[in-house]
Amino acid sequence: MFDFWSIIRRFLYMIFVLWVVATIIFFMFRLMPGSPLTAFIGTTFTDEQHDLLVKRFGLDKSLFEQYTLFLFNTLKGDFGLSFTYNKPVIDMIVEALPNSIILTLFSLIIAYIFGVIAGAYLAWKRDTLIEGISIPIVLTTRSAPEFWLGMIALAFFSFQLDIFPSGGTSAAGVIYETTLSKLTSLHFYYHLILPSLVLALYLQGLPLLLMRSNMLEVMQEDFVTMSKMKGLSSWRIVIYHAARNALLPVATAFTLGVGFAFGGNVVIETVFSWPGLGRLLVFAVSSSDYPLAQGAFIFLTAILIIMNFLADLMYLFLDPRVSYKTKN
Amino acid sequence: MIKELYKIFRENNYATVGVGIYIFFIIIAIFADLIATNDPLRINFSSSGLARNLPPSLEYFLGTTSNGRDIFSQLIYGSRNALAVGLSAALAVAILGTIVGLISGFYGGWIDNLIMRLADIALGLPFLPFVIVLAAFLGPSSWNVVIAIGLLLWPNAGRIIRSQVLTLRERGYIESAKVSGCSNFRIIFMHIAPNILPLSFLYGSIAIGWAILTEASVSFLGFGPSDVISWGYMLQDAYSSQALSLKAYIWFIPPGICIVLMVVAGFFISRGYEEILFPKIKK
Repeated sequence: MFDFWSIIRRFLYMIFVLWVVATIIFFMFRLMPGSPLTAFIGTTFTDEQHDLLVKRFGLDKSLFEQYTLFLFNTLKGDFGLSFTYNKPVIDMIVEALPNSIILTLFSLIIAYIFGVIAGAYLAWKRDTLIEGISIPIVLTTRSAPEFWLGMIALAFFSFQLDIFPSGGTSAAGVIYETTLSKLTSLHFYYHLILPSLVLALYLQGLPLLLMRSNMLEVMQEDFVTMSKMKGLSSWRIVIYHAARNALLPVATAFTLGVGFAFGGNVVIETVFSWPGLGRLLVFAVSSSDYPLAQGAFIFLTAILIIMNFLADLMYLFLDPRVSYKTKN
Repeated sequence: MIKELYKIFRENNYATVGVGIYIFFIIIAIFADLIATNDPLRINFSSSGLARNLPPSLEYFLGTTSNGRDIFSQLIYGSRNALAVGLSAALAVAILGTIVGLISGFYGGWIDNLIMRLADIALGLPFLPFVIVLAAFLGPSSWNVVIAIGLLLWPNAGRIIRSQVLTLRERGYIESAKVSGCSNFRIIFMHIAPNILPLSFLYGSIAIGWAILTEASVSFLGFGPSDVISWGYMLQDAYSSQALSLKAYIWFIPPGICIVLMVVAGFFISRGYEEILFPKIKK
């Protein structure tokens, strides 16, 4: 059915891209102006304390030594210690990751369910008033900055009406003891509603427009004409014949969307003080916490690249016309 | 030519609305000094002290910020930054994408291979996080966004232009140009480039909206310059000064609307333009 080796080749290529990105990031942070420790070292530090810290973070070694050490440690999943928290970076990432994953998946699922249904509906209603009004509205939601939608939602639902919390994952004073107790707490999901709805509002445009244009294309195909001639109801044709085929590119877009949403979550997480990976990155960069920023960035990149890879594979499995088999 | 363009815009509502919005903002940006009623960065005082959080009045059309700055004037001056960032990013994407696409498609071989691998890497970088890191690396400036957009968005334009060049390369007139001794440089830029310029323009117009959105996000996250008035800066100022809990809608709704208008105008233009380029879609 398909060539096993070409998948392996693509996989190795993915690893290569990851390595290049990690290298770029390493050198960007190392070549930044100013000492990386300025944020960390208090004014009362003595010279000995300073030297001790420099040694501890490996900053006394040559750039090349630091680089090889960095690659080696990254492979082991060791991203070093955070300058500001003095904690292993990987622990902080593992703590933030579930929050980001849940926010992303929740919003994407809402956005795609809505987008697919609304897109199919709008394709069906082609050249009507409903379509004429809806399309500019959809384009507008895609043009609104996510954080601005978040600000309006916060001002209105949290501060004006006081029906949703204004940020974070828990009420003041409540600390979840384990990740599991957090994920099973109703409180957590109550905090999740507002950010995920705002994110979904932003994300629904892509599946909607995609589904609509795919439907319009599929509706022109011979098998749809055939079904019409067989006398099937138009509803049946839309659901059973056209929609099924139009869904394929949407499924791929969803996989790609996971990767992209992770990167874009940076602003939503900041507006809603949602302790995820994006907010961690913003914090790390603004406080010059290089190990933390490096780790968070590499994680975000890895998610994006792996999702691109999976989307490729998915296309291969779902669409029989695409083949990775070489021609000869 | 101009008559033709006019006809296209008359038949295409999306593009007309988009161009109309741009003309509106361009006029505001040019005459900002005349329209603005106040220095956008000046801290204003009233008879009872600092003129903070004032409601809209004849003196301050949209009221004042919590620092006593005039919101209306900030909004007016913000259009300059948005246009500058948007248009220069569009130019960067169009130029980079065109040159890369031309070279990659015309020469093929290892050059093509190398460029396409670079494109994969650029597309493998998460967009906004990369801009943030770049902004930290280069120091706060609106140009970071332009540089980042240029660095990360050229592959989209480059790939499409490359595939177009691949078909153009095989045409007879290119063959005859080669035979008559034209240099590669001349063939690429005199004979092939004019045919792909509409595509460059399309990808450039898509980049405008992206650039404005990204600039706003970066400023909102606090990585923008603090001495340049932009709509993103206004939103960041409002957010960090508790405008949300003060329910100061008049402070943070208008800059967002301006951003939306500007970005949606970019979408409209590229959408209308696409219909002109590929009339098959319209049907």
